[in-house]
Amino acid sequence: MQRGCPFHPPEPYAQLRKEQPFARVRLWDGTSPYLVTNFDDIKLILSHQDFSAQAINPAYPHVFEGRMAADLADRSFLRLDNPEHDRLRRMVTKEFTVKKVNALRPMIQQNVDRLLENYSKLPQGSDFVEHVAAPLPTEIITYMLGVPYGDHEVFHRATKIQFGTKSTPADVRASIKELFDYLDQLITAKAANPQDDVISRLVQEQLEPGHVDRETLINIIRLLLSAGHQTTQAMTAMGVLTLLQHPDQLALIKADPEMVPHAVEELLRYTTPLHIGARRVALADVDVNGHLVKKGEGVICSTPAANRDEQLFPNPDQFDVTRNASRHVAFGYGIHQCLGQVLARAELQIVYSSVFNRFPKLRLAIPFEQLRFRHEMFVYGVHELPLAWD
Amino acid sequence: MTIRVTIERSKCIAAGQCVLKSPDVFDQSEEDGIVILLKENPPDELAESVRTAARLCPAEAIKVHEE
Repeated sequence: MQRGCPFHPPEPYAQLRKEQPFARVRLWDGTSPYLVTNFDDIKLILSHQDFSAQAINPAYPHVFEGRMAADLADRSFLRLDNPEHDRLRRMVTKEFTVKKVNALRPMIQQNVDRLLENYSKLPQGSDFVEHVAAPLPTEIITYMLGVPYGDHEVFHRATKIQFGTKSTPADVRASIKELFDYLDQLITAKAANPQDDVISRLVQEQLEPGHVDRETLINIIRLLLSAGHQTTQAMTAMGVLTLLQHPDQLALIKADPEMVPHAVEELLRYTTPLHIGARRVALADVDVNGHLVKKGEGVICSTPAANRDEQLFPNPDQFDVTRNASRHVAFGYGIHQCLGQVLARAELQIVYSSVFNRFPKLRLAIPFEQLRFRHEMFVYGVHELPLAWD
Repeated sequence: MTIRVTIERSKCIAAGQCVLKSPDVFDQSEEDGIVILLKENPPDELAESVRTAARLCPAEAIKVHEE
Protein backbone atom coordinates (compact mmCIF):
# COMPACT_ATOMS: atom_id res chain seq x y z
CA MET A 1 0.00 0.00 0.00
CA GLN A 2 1.20 3.50 -0.77
CA ARG A 3 1.75 6.14 1.85
CA GLY A 4 0.05 9.52 1.45
CA CYS A 5 2.39 11.46 3.73
CA PRO A 6 5.95 10.13 4.11
CA PHE A 7 5.66 10.32 7.91
CA HIS A 8 2.45 8.30 8.18
CA PRO A 9 1.60 4.66 7.42
CA PRO A 10 -0.65 4.12 4.38
CA GLU A 11 -4.01 5.75 5.02
CA PRO A 12 -6.19 2.63 4.62
CA TYR A 13 -4.62 1.14 7.77
CA ALA A 14 -6.61 3.35 10.14
CA GLN A 15 -9.86 2.52 8.37
CA LEU A 16 -9.06 -1.20 8.31
CA ARG A 17 -8.37 -1.16 12.05
CA LYS A 18 -11.86 0.19 12.65
CA GLU A 19 -13.79 -1.81 10.07
CA GLN A 20 -11.75 -4.88 9.25
CA PRO A 21 -9.03 -5.58 11.82
CA PHE A 22 -8.41 -8.91 10.03
CA ALA A 23 -8.39 -7.91 6.35
CA ARG A 24 -7.49 -10.25 3.51
CA VAL A 25 -4.67 -8.86 1.39
CA ARG A 26 -3.55 -10.19 -1.97
CA LEU A 27 0.23 -10.69 -2.22
CA TRP A 28 2.45 -10.79 -5.32
CA ASP A 29 2.39 -14.63 -5.35
CA GLY A 30 -1.42 -14.89 -5.32
CA THR A 31 -1.72 -15.84 -1.65
CA SER A 32 -4.07 -13.86 0.60
CA PRO A 33 -3.07 -13.79 4.26
CA TYR A 34 -4.65 -11.56 6.89
CA LEU A 35 -3.34 -8.06 7.46
CA VAL A 36 -3.78 -7.31 11.17
CA THR A 37 -3.82 -3.64 12.23
CA ASN A 38 -5.06 -3.60 15.83
CA PHE A 39 -2.56 -3.29 18.71
CA ASP A 40 -4.15 -5.87 21.04
CA ASP A 41 -4.56 -8.47 18.28
CA ILE A 42 -0.96 -8.03 17.16
CA LYS A 43 0.31 -8.36 20.72
CA LEU A 44 -1.65 -11.56 21.21
CA ILE A 45 -0.47 -13.10 17.93
CA LEU A 46 3.20 -12.23 18.43
CA SER A 47 3.25 -13.67 21.96
CA HIS A 48 1.22 -16.81 21.13
CA GLN A 49 3.07 -20.13 20.82
CA ASP A 50 0.66 -21.36 18.14
CA PHE A 51 1.78 -18.63 15.75
CA SER A 52 5.00 -19.74 14.07
CA ALA A 53 7.74 -17.52 12.62
CA GLN A 54 9.14 -20.29 10.40
CA ALA A 55 9.41 -19.11 6.80
CA ILE A 56 9.60 -22.69 5.51
CA ASN A 57 5.95 -23.23 6.42
CA PRO A 58 4.05 -23.16 3.08
CA ALA A 59 1.48 -20.74 4.52
CA TYR A 60 4.10 -18.21 5.68
CA PRO A 61 3.32 -14.85 3.99
CA HIS A 62 6.16 -13.81 1.71
CA VAL A 63 5.81 -10.08 1.22
CA PHE A 64 7.92 -9.90 -1.93
CA GLU A 65 9.99 -12.26 -3.99
CA GLY A 66 13.48 -11.19 -2.94
CA ARG A 67 12.52 -11.25 0.73
CA MET A 68 11.19 -14.78 0.30
CA ALA A 69 14.66 -15.92 -0.78
CA ALA A 70 16.22 -14.14 2.20
CA ASP A 71 13.69 -15.54 4.70
CA LEU A 72 14.02 -19.08 3.35
CA ALA A 73 17.81 -18.91 3.54
CA ASP A 74 17.75 -17.64 7.13
CA ARG A 75 18.85 -20.38 9.54
CA SER A 76 19.16 -18.08 12.57
CA PHE A 77 16.76 -18.04 15.52
CA LEU A 78 14.82 -15.20 13.88
CA ARG A 79 12.91 -17.77 11.84
CA LEU A 80 12.70 -20.50 14.52
CA ASP A 81 10.10 -21.33 17.13
CA ASN A 82 10.71 -22.54 20.66
CA PRO A 83 12.41 -24.40 22.23
CA GLU A 84 15.18 -24.08 19.61
CA HIS A 85 14.73 -20.31 19.32
CA ASP A 86 15.52 -19.65 22.98
CA ARG A 87 18.43 -22.09 23.03
CA LEU A 88 20.17 -20.30 20.14
CA ARG A 89 19.20 -16.75 21.11
CA ARG A 90 20.65 -17.28 24.59
CA MET A 91 24.06 -17.85 23.01
CA VAL A 92 24.23 -14.12 22.22
CA THR A 93 21.93 -12.38 24.71
CA LYS A 94 24.75 -11.70 27.18
CA GLU A 95 26.40 -9.46 24.57
CA PHE A 96 23.44 -7.02 24.45
CA THR A 97 22.54 -6.53 28.12
CA VAL A 98 21.96 -3.11 29.66
CA LYS A 99 25.29 -3.38 31.49
CA LYS A 100 27.23 -4.31 28.36
CA VAL A 101 25.64 -1.52 26.33
CA ASN A 102 26.26 1.05 29.05
CA ALA A 103 29.92 0.08 28.98
CA LEU A 104 29.93 0.72 25.22
CA ARG A 105 28.45 4.22 25.51
CA PRO A 106 31.81 6.06 25.58
CA MET A 107 32.90 4.17 22.45
CA ILE A 108 29.60 5.02 20.72
CA GLN A 109 29.99 8.69 21.71
CA GLN A 110 33.54 8.76 20.31
CA ASN A 111 32.36 7.31 17.02
CA VAL A 112 29.48 9.77 16.78
CA ASP A 113 31.79 12.71 17.57
CA ARG A 114 34.28 11.63 14.94
CA LEU A 115 31.59 11.12 12.27
CA LEU A 116 30.08 14.54 13.03
CA GLU A 117 33.52 16.17 13.00
CA ASN A 118 34.20 14.69 9.55
CA TYR A 119 30.73 15.66 8.38
CA SER A 120 31.27 19.28 9.48
CA LYS A 121 34.24 19.52 7.10
CA LEU A 122 32.16 18.51 4.08
CA PRO A 123 30.34 21.02 1.87
CA GLN A 124 26.93 22.23 3.05
CA GLY A 125 24.23 19.96 1.70
CA SER A 126 26.26 16.76 2.07
CA ASP A 127 24.25 13.61 2.62
CA PHE A 128 23.73 12.83 6.32
CA VAL A 129 22.73 9.23 5.50
CA GLU A 130 25.93 8.42 3.65
CA HIS A 131 28.30 10.18 6.03
CA VAL A 132 26.73 9.68 9.47
CA ALA A 133 23.58 7.52 9.67
CA ALA A 134 24.91 4.60 7.59
CA PRO A 135 28.46 4.29 8.97
CA LEU A 136 27.46 4.65 12.64
CA PRO A 137 25.71 1.29 13.25
CA THR A 138 28.29 -0.40 11.02
CA GLU A 139 31.16 0.88 13.13
CA ILE A 140 29.50 -0.14 16.39
CA ILE A 141 28.48 -3.67 15.42
CA THR A 142 31.74 -4.45 13.59
CA TYR A 143 33.63 -3.33 16.71
CA MET A 144 31.50 -5.57 18.94
CA LEU A 145 31.68 -8.60 16.67
CA GLY A 146 35.35 -8.17 15.84
CA VAL A 147 34.85 -7.76 12.08
CA PRO A 148 37.70 -5.66 10.67
CA TYR A 149 36.12 -2.32 9.72
CA GLY A 150 37.93 -2.33 6.40
CA ASP A 151 35.83 -5.34 5.40
CA HIS A 152 32.51 -3.63 6.05
CA GLU A 153 31.85 -3.09 2.34
CA VAL A 154 31.13 -6.83 2.01
CA PHE A 155 28.07 -6.79 4.20
CA HIS A 156 27.06 -3.21 3.47
CA ARG A 157 26.50 -4.41 -0.09
CA ALA A 158 24.87 -7.63 1.12
CA THR A 159 22.27 -5.95 3.33
CA LYS A 160 21.40 -3.49 0.57
CA ILE A 161 20.59 -6.35 -1.79
CA GLN A 162 18.90 -8.55 0.80
CA PHE A 163 16.60 -5.80 2.08
CA GLY A 164 15.64 -4.32 -1.30
CA THR A 165 12.18 -5.20 -2.59
CA LYS A 166 13.42 -4.97 -6.18
CA SER A 167 16.21 -7.54 -5.72
CA THR A 168 15.70 -10.79 -7.60
CA PRO A 169 15.89 -14.11 -5.75
CA ALA A 170 19.12 -14.85 -7.66
CA ASP A 171 20.68 -11.55 -6.47
CA VAL A 172 19.69 -12.33 -2.90
CA ARG A 173 21.04 -15.88 -2.98
CA ALA A 174 24.36 -14.75 -4.51
CA SER A 175 24.69 -12.02 -1.93
CA ILE A 176 23.95 -14.38 0.97
CA LYS A 177 26.58 -16.77 -0.42
CA GLU A 178 29.19 -13.99 -0.56
CA LEU A 179 28.57 -12.98 3.04
CA PHE A 180 28.43 -16.61 4.15
CA ASP A 181 31.85 -17.34 2.63
CA TYR A 182 33.31 -14.20 4.17
CA LEU A 183 32.06 -15.12 7.67
CA ASP A 184 33.23 -18.71 7.23
CA GLN A 185 36.78 -17.42 6.71
CA LEU A 186 36.45 -14.97 9.59
CA ILE A 187 35.43 -17.79 11.97
CA THR A 188 38.52 -19.75 10.94
CA ALA A 189 40.68 -16.69 11.64
CA LYS A 190 39.06 -16.12 15.06
CA ALA A 191 39.48 -19.78 16.02
CA ALA A 192 43.19 -19.55 15.26
CA ASN A 193 43.61 -16.19 16.95
CA PRO A 194 40.80 -15.47 19.46
CA GLN A 195 40.30 -11.86 20.59
CA ASP A 196 38.03 -10.03 23.01
CA ASP A 197 34.99 -9.92 20.73
CA VAL A 198 31.59 -11.56 20.17
CA ILE A 199 32.65 -13.84 17.31
CA SER A 200 35.68 -15.16 19.21
CA ARG A 201 33.49 -15.92 22.25
CA LEU A 202 30.89 -17.69 20.08
CA VAL A 203 33.60 -19.79 18.47
CA GLN A 204 35.19 -20.74 21.80
CA GLU A 205 32.06 -21.16 23.94
CA GLN A 206 29.51 -22.50 21.44
CA LEU A 207 31.10 -23.81 18.24
CA GLU A 208 34.11 -25.65 19.64
CA PRO A 209 32.20 -27.50 22.43
CA GLY A 210 29.59 -28.52 19.80
CA HIS A 211 26.57 -26.51 21.07
CA VAL A 212 26.03 -25.10 17.59
CA ASP A 213 27.07 -26.20 14.10
CA ARG A 214 29.12 -23.96 11.85
CA GLU A 215 26.32 -23.17 9.40
CA THR A 216 23.91 -22.10 12.14
CA LEU A 217 26.62 -20.00 13.78
CA ILE A 218 27.31 -18.21 10.50
CA ASN A 219 23.58 -17.52 10.20
CA ILE A 220 23.47 -16.07 13.71
CA ILE A 221 26.44 -13.78 13.00
CA ARG A 222 24.85 -12.78 9.70
CA LEU A 223 21.71 -11.81 11.61
CA LEU A 224 23.68 -9.74 14.14
CA LEU A 225 25.50 -7.94 11.34
CA SER A 226 22.51 -7.11 9.21
CA ALA A 227 19.62 -6.67 11.67
CA GLY A 228 20.91 -3.56 13.38
CA HIS A 229 22.31 -2.02 10.27
CA GLN A 230 19.53 -0.72 8.02
CA THR A 231 17.12 -0.26 10.90
CA THR A 232 19.38 1.97 13.01
CA GLN A 233 20.50 3.84 9.91
CA ALA A 234 16.85 4.48 9.02
CA MET A 235 15.96 5.61 12.53
CA THR A 236 19.00 7.90 12.75
CA ALA A 237 18.11 9.75 9.55
CA MET A 238 14.31 9.68 9.98
CA GLY A 239 14.65 10.81 13.60
CA VAL A 240 16.73 13.85 12.64
CA LEU A 241 14.33 14.65 9.79
CA THR A 242 11.24 14.25 11.99
CA LEU A 243 12.69 16.58 14.63
CA LEU A 244 13.68 19.15 11.98
CA GLN A 245 10.13 19.10 10.62
CA HIS A 246 8.69 19.58 14.15
CA PRO A 247 10.69 22.53 15.54
CA ASP A 248 8.43 22.87 18.60
CA GLN A 249 9.25 19.28 19.59
CA LEU A 250 12.93 19.76 18.84
CA ALA A 251 12.93 22.84 21.10
CA LEU A 252 11.56 20.69 23.97
CA ILE A 253 14.43 18.22 23.84
CA LYS A 254 17.02 20.96 23.34
CA ALA A 255 15.71 22.65 26.48
CA ASP A 256 15.80 19.42 28.46
CA PRO A 257 18.35 16.82 27.34
CA GLU A 258 16.90 14.40 29.93
CA MET A 259 13.94 14.10 27.57
CA VAL A 260 15.98 12.49 24.80
CA PRO A 261 15.36 8.85 25.87
CA HIS A 262 11.64 9.64 26.02
CA ALA A 263 11.78 11.23 22.56
CA VAL A 264 13.58 8.16 21.18
CA GLU A 265 10.59 5.97 22.14
CA GLU A 266 8.19 8.38 20.47
CA LEU A 267 10.37 8.46 17.34
CA LEU A 268 10.39 4.65 17.27
CA ARG A 269 6.60 4.59 17.59
CA TYR A 270 6.09 7.31 15.00
CA THR A 271 8.58 5.98 12.43
CA THR A 272 8.59 2.17 12.87
CA PRO A 273 11.17 1.48 10.15
CA LEU A 274 10.25 -2.21 9.80
CA HIS A 275 7.16 -1.02 7.96
CA ILE A 276 6.12 -4.36 6.49
CA GLY A 277 5.45 -5.81 9.92
CA ALA A 278 5.89 -9.30 11.37
CA ARG A 279 4.75 -12.41 9.48
CA ARG A 280 3.39 -15.53 11.20
CA VAL A 281 1.52 -18.78 10.44
CA ALA A 282 -1.15 -20.31 12.70
CA LEU A 283 -0.16 -23.85 13.76
CA ALA A 284 -3.61 -24.44 15.31
CA ASP A 285 -6.99 -22.70 15.36
CA VAL A 286 -6.54 -19.63 17.56
CA ASP A 287 -9.19 -17.27 18.91
CA VAL A 288 -7.63 -13.80 18.62
CA ASN A 289 -9.82 -11.55 20.75
CA GLY A 290 -12.96 -13.01 19.20
CA HIS A 291 -11.62 -13.55 15.68
CA LEU A 292 -10.90 -17.15 14.73
CA VAL A 293 -7.66 -17.64 12.81
CA LYS A 294 -7.66 -21.15 11.39
CA LYS A 295 -4.72 -23.54 11.39
CA GLY A 296 -2.57 -22.95 8.30
CA GLU A 297 -3.55 -19.28 7.85
CA GLY A 298 -0.82 -16.70 7.30
CA VAL A 299 -0.94 -13.34 9.06
CA ILE A 300 0.96 -10.08 8.59
CA CYS A 301 1.02 -8.05 11.80
CA SER A 302 1.38 -4.41 10.80
CA THR A 303 3.47 -2.98 13.60
CA PRO A 304 3.32 0.55 12.08
CA ALA A 305 -0.49 0.32 12.22
CA ALA A 306 -0.39 -0.95 15.83
CA ASN A 307 1.79 2.00 16.75
CA ARG A 308 -0.96 4.33 15.47
CA ASP A 309 -3.76 2.59 17.40
CA GLU A 310 -5.69 5.40 19.11
CA GLN A 311 -6.82 3.03 21.89
CA LEU A 312 -3.26 3.11 23.14
CA PHE A 313 -1.87 6.32 21.74
CA PRO A 314 -4.39 9.20 21.72
CA ASN A 315 -4.02 11.45 18.65
CA PRO A 316 -1.77 8.75 17.19
CA ASP A 317 -0.71 10.70 14.10
CA GLN A 318 0.63 13.55 16.18
CA PHE A 319 4.35 13.50 16.91
CA ASP A 320 4.62 14.36 20.60
CA VAL A 321 7.87 13.78 22.50
CA THR A 322 6.10 14.29 25.82
CA ARG A 323 3.74 11.33 25.40
CA ASN A 324 4.38 7.95 26.99
CA ALA A 325 5.18 5.88 23.91
CA SER A 326 7.02 3.06 25.66
CA ARG A 327 4.49 0.37 24.74
CA HIS A 328 5.19 0.76 21.02
CA VAL A 329 5.94 -2.41 19.06
CA ALA A 330 8.60 -0.96 16.74
CA PHE A 331 10.96 -3.66 18.08
CA GLY A 332 8.24 -6.30 17.73
CA TYR A 333 6.72 -8.27 20.57
CA GLY A 334 6.95 -11.79 21.98
CA ILE A 335 10.00 -14.02 21.88
CA HIS A 336 11.36 -12.43 18.69
CA GLN A 337 11.42 -8.87 20.03
CA CYS A 338 14.62 -7.17 18.93
CA LEU A 339 17.74 -8.57 20.55
CA GLY A 340 19.69 -5.35 19.96
CA GLN A 341 17.08 -2.90 21.25
CA VAL A 342 19.14 -1.68 24.22
CA LEU A 343 22.04 -0.98 21.87
CA ALA A 344 19.77 0.71 19.32
CA ARG A 345 18.32 2.97 22.02
CA ALA A 346 21.81 3.95 23.19
CA GLU A 347 23.00 4.72 19.65
CA LEU A 348 19.90 6.81 18.89
CA GLN A 349 19.99 8.72 22.19
CA ILE A 350 23.64 9.59 21.65
CA VAL A 351 23.36 10.54 18.00
CA TYR A 352 20.27 12.77 18.37
CA SER A 353 21.75 14.59 21.40
CA SER A 354 25.09 15.06 19.70
CA VAL A 355 23.92 16.17 16.28
CA PHE A 356 21.71 19.01 17.55
CA ASN A 357 24.37 20.08 20.05
CA ARG A 358 27.06 20.16 17.47
CA PHE A 359 24.93 21.84 14.75
CA PRO A 360 22.45 24.25 16.43
CA LYS A 361 21.39 25.66 13.05
CA LEU A 362 20.86 22.27 11.40
CA ARG A 363 18.26 22.29 8.62
CA LEU A 364 17.24 20.57 5.41
CA ALA A 365 19.38 21.66 2.45
CA ILE A 366 16.70 20.83 -0.15
CA PRO A 367 12.91 21.23 -0.14
CA PHE A 368 11.16 18.46 1.81
CA GLU A 369 9.22 17.47 -1.32
CA GLN A 370 12.46 16.48 -3.07
CA LEU A 371 13.42 13.84 -0.49
CA ARG A 372 13.18 10.26 -1.70
CA PHE A 373 11.64 7.84 0.80
CA ARG A 374 12.34 4.12 0.93
CA HIS A 375 8.85 2.93 -0.03
CA GLU A 376 10.26 0.02 -2.00
CA MET A 377 12.62 -1.27 0.68
CA PHE A 378 12.02 -3.79 3.47
CA VAL A 379 13.25 -1.15 5.92
CA TYR A 380 11.61 2.26 5.52
CA GLY A 381 13.48 5.56 5.80
CA VAL A 382 14.94 8.21 3.55
CA HIS A 383 17.45 7.44 0.78
CA GLU A 384 19.43 10.67 1.16
CA LEU A 385 19.22 13.47 3.70
CA PRO A 386 21.13 16.58 2.54
CA LEU A 387 21.57 18.94 5.50
CA ALA A 388 23.01 22.42 6.02
CA TRP A 389 24.43 23.68 9.31
CA ASP A 390 26.31 26.98 8.85
CA MET B 1 -0.51 -1.22 48.77
CA THR B 2 2.61 -3.35 48.65
CA ILE B 3 3.55 -5.53 45.74
CA ARG B 4 5.24 -8.89 45.35
CA VAL B 5 7.13 -9.73 42.14
CA THR B 6 7.64 -13.13 40.57
CA ILE B 7 9.61 -13.93 37.42
CA GLU B 8 9.76 -16.91 35.06
CA ARG B 9 13.37 -17.13 33.97
CA SER B 10 12.58 -19.85 31.43
CA LYS B 11 10.38 -17.42 29.49
CA CYS B 12 12.85 -14.49 29.56
CA ILE B 13 14.40 -13.46 26.21
CA ALA B 14 16.76 -10.85 27.68
CA ALA B 15 15.21 -7.89 25.90
CA GLY B 16 16.39 -5.75 28.84
CA GLN B 17 13.29 -3.56 29.14
CA CYS B 18 12.80 -4.37 32.84
CA VAL B 19 16.34 -3.26 33.70
CA LEU B 20 15.85 -0.02 31.76
CA LYS B 21 12.58 0.72 33.55
CA SER B 22 13.35 -0.53 37.05
CA PRO B 23 17.08 -1.05 37.57
CA ASP B 24 16.79 -1.37 41.37
CA VAL B 25 14.50 -4.37 41.07
CA PHE B 26 15.78 -6.19 37.97
CA ASP B 27 19.22 -7.13 36.71
CA GLN B 28 20.54 -9.41 33.96
CA SER B 29 22.82 -12.42 34.41
CA GLU B 30 26.31 -11.89 33.01
CA GLU B 31 26.28 -15.45 31.76
CA ASP B 32 23.23 -15.24 29.47
CA GLY B 33 21.49 -11.91 30.01
CA ILE B 34 18.48 -13.60 31.64
CA VAL B 35 16.57 -11.64 34.27
CA ILE B 36 17.60 -11.63 37.92
CA LEU B 37 15.11 -10.43 40.52
CA LEU B 38 16.86 -8.19 43.04
CA LYS B 39 13.85 -7.34 45.22
CA GLU B 40 10.88 -9.65 45.61
CA ASN B 41 9.02 -7.05 47.68
CA PRO B 42 10.05 -3.69 46.26
CA PRO B 43 9.22 -0.59 48.31
CA ASP B 44 6.18 1.48 47.32
CA GLU B 45 8.20 4.15 45.56
CA LEU B 46 9.42 1.55 43.04
CA ALA B 47 6.04 -0.10 42.49
CA GLU B 48 5.04 1.97 39.46
CA SER B 49 8.31 1.30 37.64
CA VAL B 50 7.91 -2.43 38.35
CA ARG B 51 4.38 -2.43 36.94
CA THR B 52 5.71 -0.69 33.83
CA ALA B 53 8.48 -3.27 33.50
CA ALA B 54 5.94 -6.09 33.73
CA ARG B 55 3.72 -4.43 31.12
CA LEU B 56 6.62 -3.95 28.70
CA CYS B 57 8.16 -7.41 29.05
CA PRO B 58 7.75 -8.94 25.57
CA ALA B 59 7.94 -12.48 26.95
CA GLU B 60 5.40 -11.77 29.71
CA ALA B 61 7.85 -13.25 32.20
CA ILE B 62 7.17 -10.79 35.06
CA LYS B 63 4.12 -10.96 37.31
CA VAL B 64 3.20 -8.29 39.83
CA HIS B 65 0.97 -9.43 42.69
CA GLU B 66 -0.87 -6.62 44.44
CA GLU B 67 -1.10 -7.56 48.12
